[in-house]
Amino acid sequence: MQSLGDALGLALSLVLSGDPDLFEIVALSLQVSLTATAVACLIGLPVGALVAIGRFRGRGAVLIVMNALMGLPPVVVGLLVYLHLSRSGPLGFLGLLYTPTAMIIAQTILIAPIVAALSRQVLEDLHAEYAEQFRSLCLTRLQTVQALLWDARYSLLTVGLAGFGRAVAEVGAVIIVGGNIDHLTRVMTTAIALETSKGDLALALALGVILLVIALGVNAAVQSVRMTATRQAYV
Amino acid sequence: MLKRTIGASALALTMAGGAVAQDQSIIVQSTTSTANSGLYDYLLPIFEEDSGIQVNVVAVGTGQAIKNAENCDGDVLLVHAKPSEEKFVEAGFGTSRTDLMYNDFVIVGPAGDPADVGGMEDVQGAMAKIAEAGALFASRGDDSGTHKKEMALWGDTGVDPTAASGDWYRETGSGMGATLNAGIGMGAYVMTDRATWISFDNKQDYAIQVQGDEDMFNQYGVIPVNPEKCPSVNLEAAQAFADWLVSDDGQAAIGAYKVADQQLFFPNAPE
Amino acid sequence: MFESPVIPETQALPGSSLMPLTVKGLRLELGGAKVLNALDLALPPAGCTMIMGPNGAGKSLLLKLLHGLMPPTSGTIDWAGTPAAQATKQQALVFQKPVLLRRSVAANVDFVLKTRGKDQAERNTLLDHVGLLHKAKQPARLLSGGEAQRLALARALASDPEVLFLDEPTASLDPASVLAIEAIVKEAKARGVRIIFVTHDMGQARRMADDVVFLHGGRVIEHSPAERFFPEPQSQAARDYLNGRIVV
Repeated sequence: MQSLGDALGLALSLVLSGDPDLFEIVALSLQVSLTATAVACLIGLPVGALVAIGRFRGRGAVLIVMNALMGLPPVVVGLLVYLHLSRSGPLGFLGLLYTPTAMIIAQTILIAPIVAALSRQVLEDLHAEYAEQFRSLCLTRLQTVQALLWDARYSLLTVGLAGFGRAVAEVGAVIIVGGNIDHLTRVMTTAIALETSKGDLALALALGVILLVIALGVNAAVQSVRMTATRQAYV
Repeated sequence: MLKRTIGASALALTMAGGAVAQDQSIIVQSTTSTANSGLYDYLLPIFEEDSGIQVNVVAVGTGQAIKNAENCDGDVLLVHAKPSEEKFVEAGFGTSRTDLMYNDFVIVGPAGDPADVGGMEDVQGAMAKIAEAGALFASRGDDSGTHKKEMALWGDTGVDPTAASGDWYRETGSGMGATLNAGIGMGAYVMTDRATWISFDNKQDYAIQVQGDEDMFNQYGVIPVNPEKCPSVNLEAAQAFADWLVSDDGQAAIGAYKVADQQLFFPNAPE
Repeated sequence: MFESPVIPETQALPGSSLMPLTVKGLRLELGGAKVLNALDLALPPAGCTMIMGPNGAGKSLLLKLLHGLMPPTSGTIDWAGTPAAQATKQQALVFQKPVLLRRSVAANVDFVLKTRGKDQAERNTLLDHVGLLHKAKQPARLLSGGEAQRLALARALASDPEVLFLDEPTASLDPASVLAIEAIVKEAKARGVRIIFVTHDMGQARRMADDVVFLHGGRVIEHSPAERFFPEPQSQAARDYLNGRIVV
């Protein structure tokens, strides 16, 4: 049985050896998941904001659906995207299957509901504080949304981080729509799945350790930004 | 993976400088054993240098690979389930099927060998014995080539193992590697292709218990996807890859690939 | 630190298009409780009106209704015929607890200037006016209580309101901060801004008021010029209130 210690050692030697394949995989992981997070924020934040300030019929149902979509299984998302992007699917003519773009699309669908649902909560709390002042200023809906998004920016950073964490860690969606093609669509999680299926548990675990360190790094960066913001009472 | 492909990328680099890249690429829908055993990491750089065609491999189970190819999501199909492959060609999805290479299936089991099948050649006899003893048996259960072969063998024995599903018969619904990991974890017998077994790193106390029956023969075939069904197919490049695999050069390369000094695949394309 | 501002008189008192204000039969029920009960009120065109009354009299809610932040259960509020939405736009309200944006001091003022399509150059004038120019780049929410309220005032003035509502803006501030805020409000009044001010601070009321509206039990009990209200209140409730007795 390979131990965690072996995996740590292997992870370290992989990083120190400057293995170009490893860096390619790490870079693609970050590229895909960060892009997906950015797109998911572009979609999810305005939706979350509109639901946060809106008082419309069926709002309760929208909330339930948004919260339920947070639990979308990655494999289901992968299959849905596959069926659409497949050459025999409605969007097959785009030729996007087995490309990083397909992976970004799948992860975006996976995490946009997370961004929308979590930002809705954050923005609704902030709006409770600002609502009277904004009504006094006669802000339009658009101005209200913009102001809320800007003033909640550091809290929303954490929301984005939650989305990124889910994106970078999932394997079910990207392995279906990306195909885990070497030098093209292989990312950290699909590489880990591959090494596991080859029975090379130490290498799989070592890649897992590297993924964990990357996640830690991203979290630490966001946390330090947040701490600066907290000192200025901007959170 | 990593060490093997460092060589591959180095080759690819020199190639890009040398041969005028035709900037063509194809997708191969493949069974997992050829990918997990490292065969592609060895073969593809050689082919890519020769042809300038980049080959992207999507490694899934044979059943999934065929379905993906039927959805036109690949240019070449490389799998190991002859009846399904012939149906694929008959339905017009493939231009033609060619025998490519073979290896064989084996049944691996724990050192304790609870069903006492170690050293047997008669695979049906061994499987009946496992069933009778109620010894754990882990099956792919995923409609892959290996799974189809296993079900055919159970059919020969007259035992319906799915009746004991969840009892001594455990269907993982996963790929070969995952099924080996699970089977080894629970001390179950597992039927696997030899190539995957030899290159598998998590063997623990497991060893091959049953091998050598001619019914355990495992034939791989290669099929270019038909552009009449799938206009997006790059037939020229797909045909070039299939032709190269069955050519003298390709066959020699397949025969030359070894892991732990053992040959994994035996080329047998028709002359 | 804070110096009384000297703002040049740029124009003659314009006289608000919103005034006079006429309120008739104003009722407000919240959760079944009658907060305002058939309230009538008429305010003169200019000056500073102090709204006073014991806790729970409905002062703050009256301000919110007048400002259009919430609809009354029934009754009318007539800002000289101006449509309600337009009236709100020409007014500003300073809350007891200032709601400051999570931005710098300067950005808090910029925000209002921008939403009103006004020149950002006015910002420094406004900040200087409330004695906060030297803190322009600091985070607004780290200001002291007095500074925060001065910023809230600068922000309210940034929209060039014709009517300025103040809801106990100096509660819990130290005496110097109270005077600083009063000076800013007085100066606004001098420029023709109509001031409607809720306070519990008797001294403040005497210093600021032109007229006093005394509210009790959801009604206007008394509405008199300041020079009469303080020496000789007309109602028993106002007398008790001014003498520091509990008004029931």
